Amino acid sequence: MTLIQPETPQQLCDAVAEAVAERVPMEIVGHGTKRGFGHPVQAAHTLVLNRLSGVTLYEPDELVLTAAAGTPLAEIEALLAANGQHLAFEPADLAPLLGGEGLLGGGPTIGGVVACNLAGPRRIQSGAARDHVLGFTAVSGRAEVFKSGGRVVKNVTGYDLSKLMTGSFGTLAVLAEVTVKVLPRPEKTRTVLIFGLDCAAAVDALTRALATPHEVSGAAFLPAPIAARAPVGRVAGGGRSVTALRVEGPGPSVLFRASALAADIGPGVEVDELHSHNSAALWRWLADVGPFAADPFSADRQSVVWRLSIPPSLVPALLRGLAVDDARYFLDWAGGLVWLALPPEAELDGGAARVRRVLAGLGAGYATLVRAPDALRGAVPVFQPQEPALAALTRRIKDSFDPAGVLNPGRLYPGT
Amino acid sequence: MRMPVPDAHIISRRREIATALRRILPPESVIADEDERRVYESDGLTAYRQIPLIVVLPRTTAEVSAVLRYCDAEGVKIVPRGAGTSLSGGALPLADAITLGMGKLNRVLEVDYANRCAVVQPGVTNLGITRAVEAEGFYYAPDPSSQIACTIGGNVAENSGGVHCLKYGLTTNNVLGVELVLMNGDVIRLGGKQLDSEGYDLLGVVTGSEGLLGVITEVTVRILPRPANLKAMMLGFPSSEAAGNCVARVIGAGIIPAGMEMMDQLAIQAAEAFVKVGYPLDVAALLIVELDGPMVEIDHLMERLTEIAAASGATSCRISASEEERLGFWAGRKAAFPAVGRISPDYYCMDGTIPRRTLPLVLRKMTELSLHYGLRVANVFHAGDGNLHPLILYDANQPGELDKAEAFGSDILRLCVEVGGVLTGEHGVGVEKRDLMGTMFNDIDLDHQMRVKCAFDPQHLLNPGKVFPELRRCAELGRMHIHHGALPFPDLPRF
Repeated sequence: MTLIQPETPQQLCDAVAEAVAERVPMEIVGHGTKRGFGHPVQAAHTLVLNRLSGVTLYEPDELVLTAAAGTPLAEIEALLAANGQHLAFEPADLAPLLGGEGLLGGGPTIGGVVACNLAGPRRIQSGAARDHVLGFTAVSGRAEVFKSGGRVVKNVTGYDLSKLMTGSFGTLAVLAEVTVKVLPRPEKTRTVLIFGLDCAAAVDALTRALATPHEVSGAAFLPAPIAARAPVGRVAGGGRSVTALRVEGPGPSVLFRASALAADIGPGVEVDELHSHNSAALWRWLADVGPFAADPFSADRQSVVWRLSIPPSLVPALLRGLAVDDARYFLDWAGGLVWLALPPEAELDGGAARVRRVLAGLGAGYATLVRAPDALRGAVPVFQPQEPALAALTRRIKDSFDPAGVLNPGRLYPGT
Repeated sequence: MRMPVPDAHIISRRREIATALRRILPPESVIADEDERRVYESDGLTAYRQIPLIVVLPRTTAEVSAVLRYCDAEGVKIVPRGAGTSLSGGALPLADAITLGMGKLNRVLEVDYANRCAVVQPGVTNLGITRAVEAEGFYYAPDPSSQIACTIGGNVAENSGGVHCLKYGLTTNNVLGVELVLMNGDVIRLGGKQLDSEGYDLLGVVTGSEGLLGVITEVTVRILPRPANLKAMMLGFPSSEAAGNCVARVIGAGIIPAGMEMMDQLAIQAAEAFVKVGYPLDVAALLIVELDGPMVEIDHLMERLTEIAAASGATSCRISASEEERLGFWAGRKAAFPAVGRISPDYYCMDGTIPRRTLPLVLRKMTELSLHYGLRVANVFHAGDGNLHPLILYDANQPGELDKAEAFGSDILRLCVEVGGVLTGEHGVGVEKRDLMGTMFNDIDLDHQMRVKCAFDPQHLLNPGKVFPELRRCAELGRMHIHHGALPFPDLPRF
């Protein structure tokens, strides 16, 4: 395997041109922390974007930042933090979950975050990466540099190709530069903890919390065995399940909303509050899928991790249908995001057929196989199989951007 | 404005096509009579008019699919239409195209409070969604000024905004899923009630695609709990610079209000003369800032805003003391377009977005252009997100004034792009800004966009003549311009 590390956008374009001319597919990575996410890519070369790095524009008053695709997320977050701002979609670092530091170390890059459309707990309030990408420059599989979008929030000029690139896992074009919307970091954070609810009661509590005007920005449920592993004593120490609700904003508002939430949602059960430091630690741990990162089940054979995006009201029926043990799931996004860790030895397909059968029975949602050995990710659909008309359209989009099939071939679906 | 040359052969087949459509749909859903077709001759961009070939009013997804499949086979073009409120000519009919009116698909299909979403047909009005959920304390956040009339299908097609998108996002951030009929008649679902849907984000691409990719037959939107309280503040400034400076300081202080709107002197005077809500007439610029949330938050932030406004040179400051007063502040802003319509026989509404800090420069240059063209211009501005609506005042009955107004408008939009902004913030490209696309995008950029179009509609039958200055044939766009045996690149760093 050859690593190709372009240092300029022109070299990036040349690298793609060469791959097209020689019909040699490339795997596209930033720092490679998410190489294990998606189908394994069979490619002779790896195109690494780590040398296309650096913030090229940051105007705090305009809430906008532009960076080369290979810029470390940590560098961007530090710069924003120094100016009292952040990426509101709370991007996750999946490196610990997916096993180590990736190809080159240095944590995730902004390009990788965008390519995988990652979002953390604040998804319920602020949206995903897709909602924050304002524009980009990229090299398509035609070895042409093209751009879309701009640097302003309100823009309907032409098709919103920023959305198309976000979450395309590098199968349509190689991002060279992205422009994102940034937002003020909340002045204060509180997390209300409700102890001892069962799953159905927790989903009900999360749903009621999201129906209040208290602007909840994080809503998770940790069954007792998961809560016990939390990096925050007040969550771990109770020996009971924890339902967590986060509120953020100006100081007086947060104090008011935290107590109003506790009163509205928690009557009759024990309630506690986390202040800023512990609150940040808990939600970072959940964003990064901390409960399943250091696998508690087996040192040598990791459990298979699934991510399900579903309408929250279906969670109790989903978990009944799957007969999941309390130690093997937790909920984020007010129940709309279910993380499952299934035992690897139980099913040859990692549970793919069973998980998708139960979902199909519920009639909604997506199941993604996020962590599994290469062989398993090569053998079962990592992403939810598409209906024929949508699959055909997806294929036509892929062919129009990457007609030679040189960019991350097969990472999403066979041939895509 | 040049539209594609109509296909005379298709026009000559009008009667035959209408007959065929009447076999697919109930006869009363197919309008071929000229007087009845004339009703549809324009949308909100009334400077352009064209009577459509035929108007079809389907009632179901199956009917939409059947019509599209027929048209795909027969090579007949389609122009989808919601309420026809587009300000960019997105629903402007073509002489050789069927106008597909979606107004009969107007039911709220489901309100799902547990999952905080509503499933509606495309002909439901924007405000109709809020009306359907407000009894339970919810609302649909995007609020374009035309929300009484405009439909959610049109909102999705245009990615509509509104005064509250600063905090709550545009249509694209509030739509969870659509059912879409492709030109070949295929019915696909993109997204759903869940927050994240994998695969290419075609939902995000379809949103704002101006009816060129498919026909939306169902929409699932997020609904939000209504904020506990709302309060607005009205600030007067001696100059637009001072007002713009205040906006930058508010955002710099980490405050994202629910809405932040600016009006210039001419807009203030026109609005006050129209609705008489007590706007100060001795100021050069007016800011309306709205906050929502618990009262303790609003009071806390109002205090900070008052300090920032004073430091920015505000000469007047009023905080709404009642809901009636708050609505009064907004009444003038929301009526700004018709208000300007009262002081001029015609006006032309523009829609550029600029980096906020360039506002003083853009306003100064606009004044110069106003003198150059001899036409007045009033400005309303979604100040929080940099979306500018200059209203150019003209008289269509004066020979040459429409042309002058359009030239003035084009200069303004070029200026927006020059300072780092874009041609359109929320009204869409349509026919209006089509020929300016080249100021923002080069041919390679546009070709990549058009290839998306080809993946959805390879014959260019859906809403042709809109968005793209020139529709290139898909076969031509598909070709690759790289040859085997090209030299490898010796300078590439390899390891």
